Amino acid sequence: MPDLGLEVLWKGKNFVRLLGGLWVALRISLIAAGISVVLGILLGVAASRKRSVSSVVLRVWLGIIHIMPQMVLLFLMYFGTTRLFSWNLSGEVAAVIVFSLWGTAEMGDLVRGAVSSIPAIQRESAEALGLKPAQVYRWIILPQAVRRLIPQSINLITRMIKTTSLVTLIGVVEILKVAQQIIEANRKASPNAAFGVYLAIFVMYYLACRPLSLAAKKLEKHWR
Amino acid sequence: MDWAYIESVLPLYGKAAWLTLRTGTAGILLAALTGLLCAAAIHWRIPVLRKITAAYVELSRNTPLLVQLFFIYYGLPKIGIKTDPEACGIIGLAFLGGGYMTEAFRSGVEAVDRIQEESALSLGLTRFQTFLHVILPQAAAISAPAFMANVIFLMKETSVFSAVSLMDLMFTAKDQIGLYYRTTESLFLLVGAYLLILLPLSLLGTFWERRLRHAGFGT
Repeated sequence: MPDLGLEVLWKGKNFVRLLGGLWVALRISLIAAGISVVLGILLGVAASRKRSVSSVVLRVWLGIIHIMPQMVLLFLMYFGTTRLFSWNLSGEVAAVIVFSLWGTAEMGDLVRGAVSSIPAIQRESAEALGLKPAQVYRWIILPQAVRRLIPQSINLITRMIKTTSLVTLIGVVEILKVAQQIIEANRKASPNAAFGVYLAIFVMYYLACRPLSLAAKKLEKHWR
Repeated sequence: MDWAYIESVLPLYGKAAWLTLRTGTAGILLAALTGLLCAAAIHWRIPVLRKITAAYVELSRNTPLLVQLFFIYYGLPKIGIKTDPEACGIIGLAFLGGGYMTEAFRSGVEAVDRIQEESALSLGLTRFQTFLHVILPQAAAISAPAFMANVIFLMKETSVFSAVSLMDLMFTAKDQIGLYYRTTESLFLLVGAYLLILLPLSLLGTFWERRLRHAGFGT
């Protein structure tokens, strides 16, 4: 059995430190996901009306987000806006802002798609029965849209969790950074630590994302 | 904005953009190949291979590229598998993309109505002919939008290559910011270079998708 450097994981507080690093990354994605869901629903519902200002805003916003790599957006926020407006932005805050901007646009598009996928006759029937516009949304449109929306939003959150691994490149001390510290500190005692530690991170990310994508898949089938 | 400076570093960014384009294209081609093989293994229900493929797809789709790259670049050499940065980037992209491509191709093949296969077989075509002449053309048209979306997604993913010391666009921009504090110019060039790569790709995708919508084959 070759030395896989797995023993490093159980030494001292290393494993807990790694989990702590993972939590830093997860926290960023969860905060951003929360903001994105709220703002995305508002934006999406507003944009679901054809030829409205918000639908144009959403389309342009989405275009920018889609064409630029997340990494570039992070750089623009972290290096660009701090230079432009000479404010101070920690890597973590910059990441939350970028992921919220990204998530809101994506979520907005999902909501818009889900709302406009509902046949017009549903709205018309409800209105004919005397429901007010707000009531139509609350009782007719949203319950149907949500079925489509929930699996897709779970997928979006999974993507967000995966993307937060990038924040290490703008200096946030998250799981990959902690891993580098651990490997560096144990270089003499276990030279193969890099294998064990990075394998562990690989597995951790899988365990964080897999249940979510599985749930999304199940729900999608269930509600079809 | 210091235009003289921009002009002086333009070759640097050109080289970096070429690296991004080169590694990205190689990785995407490998990913497409992987996806085809995996989709075939799933489609024809090849016993053991099918299980392995399914596990691989889940693994590659549920982990970030950055983590995959770190594992390949820093982890694998410890058990004797060494790669240079460029190969690592390409392999990482192919590993990630393979999973996404498998899904794209698989869903395309699955979407072709069963009766198509049955009709072709009953007309006397062999299994292979059926696949090549009946299933594949229809599946390709259905898969195309997802395939194109994957291509753009993977090209964007190359932006993390700098983490394994590939001197790509991100690396160059970060270097220039760190060394000379040329933040505005560096970011301008960075965005410009990525637009130059990604905008044509995105337009091509839209164009192709529109063309293929006419190839609905009666669906």
